[in-house]
Amino acid sequence: MLELLAQHLPAGSFEAVHSADGMPTIYVPRETLVETLRALRDTPALHFSFLADITAVDFIPREPRFEVVYLLACLGTATGETPRRLRVKVRLSGQEPSVPSIISLWLAANWAERELWDMFGIRVDGHPDLRRILMPEDWEGFPGRRDYPVQIKAPVKTDEPLQVSAEEFAANIEASRDRSRRH
Amino acid sequence: MSDLEIPILTTSVEKMVNWARRSSIWPVTFGLACCAIEMMAMSAGRYDVARFGAEVFRGSPRQSDLMIVAGRLSRKMAPVLRRIYDQMPEPKYVISMGACASVGGVFDNYAIVQGVDQVVPVDVFVPGCPPRPESLIYGIIQLQRKIDKMKLYA
Repeated sequence: MLELLAQHLPAGSFEAVHSADGMPTIYVPRETLVETLRALRDTPALHFSFLADITAVDFIPREPRFEVVYLLACLGTATGETPRRLRVKVRLSGQEPSVPSIISLWLAANWAERELWDMFGIRVDGHPDLRRILMPEDWEGFPGRRDYPVQIKAPVKTDEPLQVSAEEFAANIEASRDRSRRH
Repeated sequence: MSDLEIPILTTSVEKMVNWARRSSIWPVTFGLACCAIEMMAMSAGRYDVARFGAEVFRGSPRQSDLMIVAGRLSRKMAPVLRRIYDQMPEPKYVISMGACASVGGVFDNYAIVQGVDQVVPVDVFVPGCPPRPESLIYGIIQLQRKIDKMKLYA
């Protein structure tokens, strides 16, 4: 598997490491992440066409603090290859960590990258809609980080503003009445 | 039938109103987690809460008397729960079902409300993880007893 990568990726563009679970794992520099992932996806011999997940690990107090993990899979059904998986990791500094967006490669990366921002506070450069996805939008802090407390004593928020104004609401009701009158 | 047997019962307004209220506690269709599965089992044929008049789960809070908070309530969900409660007409009751809704349960963390009594006033707490359908039926009966003792005019 790693020999296959060495054949098809530029020399020195990745660093293979041993992984305790036996899954092929490579480290890639942040600068060449997108082109390496594109090569992994588009090289016919590799054909890692499926992005399974994006997540991150916080290694505080180590520096570089974060590692972003891209889990790829070659489903192998169309071309008769053996199905296989690959773990691609990127090391990031604890000071304003950020990775480039890979939505241009996989649309499925959209929500996964929002979760990356929501849980770990890792900015995703070039993301079209980088909002929180799991926590409330006005939440403070990033719960996936190791230095985030497990329990917090903040009071529970029991109300949130309406998504539409009273005028818009009345107009909606009026419009639906008009529709039902016409039928 | 003789003329003396007139088909009339006499009672007080309070007793009759309380009888009507406790005999038709309609819960709002609102399940949060695995407790909701037990809540559904309670309303289905085997446990049959219809025997106690509480089987009509309404899709609209406007037609509901009871909110069964069935499951862990996340902080993000708390405003939603409160809004549904506010939309229910008076008189309204709340049962906190299970460990998570009552005190947070195993989810002692930043994301989960540690007891729904921080969000809505709770009438009956039902313990269990999850409570069996019998437990929840017992909780509803406790609520019926509570309603029976309520005063119309304080």
